[in-house]
Amino acid sequence: MKALKFLFTGIFFGIVLTKSQAISWYRIVEMFRFESFHMYGIIGSAVVTGVILIQLSKKLKLKTTEGDLISLPQKAKKYKSALLGGTIFGLGWALAGACPGPMFILLGAGYYSIAIVLVSSITGTFIYGLVADRLP
Amino acid sequence: MDYILNPWPWYITGPLIATVMFLLVSFGKTFGMSSNLRTICSIGGAGKYASFFDFNWKEQQWNLWVAVGSIIGGFLAIHFLSNSNPIDINPSTIEVLSSYGFNDPEANLAPAELYSFEALKNPFNLFLLVIGGIFIGFGTRYAGGCTSGHAITGLSNLQLPSLVAVIGFFIGGLLMTHILFPLIFL
Repeated sequence: MKALKFLFTGIFFGIVLTKSQAISWYRIVEMFRFESFHMYGIIGSAVVTGVILIQLSKKLKLKTTEGDLISLPQKAKKYKSALLGGTIFGLGWALAGACPGPMFILLGAGYYSIAIVLVSSITGTFIYGLVADRLP
Repeated sequence: MDYILNPWPWYITGPLIATVMFLLVSFGKTFGMSSNLRTICSIGGAGKYASFFDFNWKEQQWNLWVAVGSIIGGFLAIHFLSNSNPIDINPSTIEVLSSYGFNDPEANLAPAELYSFEALKNPFNLFLLVIGGIFIGFGTRYAGGCTSGHAITGLSNLQLPSLVAVIGFFIGGLLMTHILFPLIFL
């Protein structure tokens, strides 16, 4: 039964992203061409809302459903890999027009050949795991 | 009802995406869709080949449920919560894309010129999707997160590495859209 709340959160996420058109290949191109505010508005307002929610719950010492204080893990301070990995991800994001969340959502929306991108991204993650120790 | 069926504006969907992130945080988890790719590798036995995949994937099962949910959400949104109103893409984007051979951006979420089964009979299109996917999967893990983990969650938690990663996302995206697209599609 614990799975149910995650399943419903996922369903909500899928609906919101589809209805926002953030899963549109064309919207991604439009964003990188700076020809629409739409995607910037989505990401910007999500981050502003997120900052408020996180900072407020830290201030109010809100607890999770598991009873722990709300906190988020610190991201590893690996700036070089963040930049290099981020750039590689950005190349794929713009080409395929989907990031990992939307890949799943597009599958449900009936764009079945996104499965090729999904399987390839699993392969890409596997390749990363193999060579991770040898990367800068 | 039109409010539901029409596309939702950014100022509604942005805060709703933050709500998804916050829901997962309030369940004691974090929002990061690309972690599922690593989990799937582990389930497939990748732990035999690299210690990176040698972890107890059962603890990540919750995130797979989020992924399954998002597939269902995409299905529900398309079949029950949408009308056929066109997507309002900027005319100058449409013009450039049509010079690359992409048409109909107002009716589809992914271009038939790349994603239809017909288009995939062309090995070059198949190659583009495979390369795109590999870059996504490799890049997110190397960067330590994707749009959900770095851009939404990391920035919400004021993480500097996430800002650097998001700058990387844009360097890659701008390179692809402005430099490589003309080379690939023109």
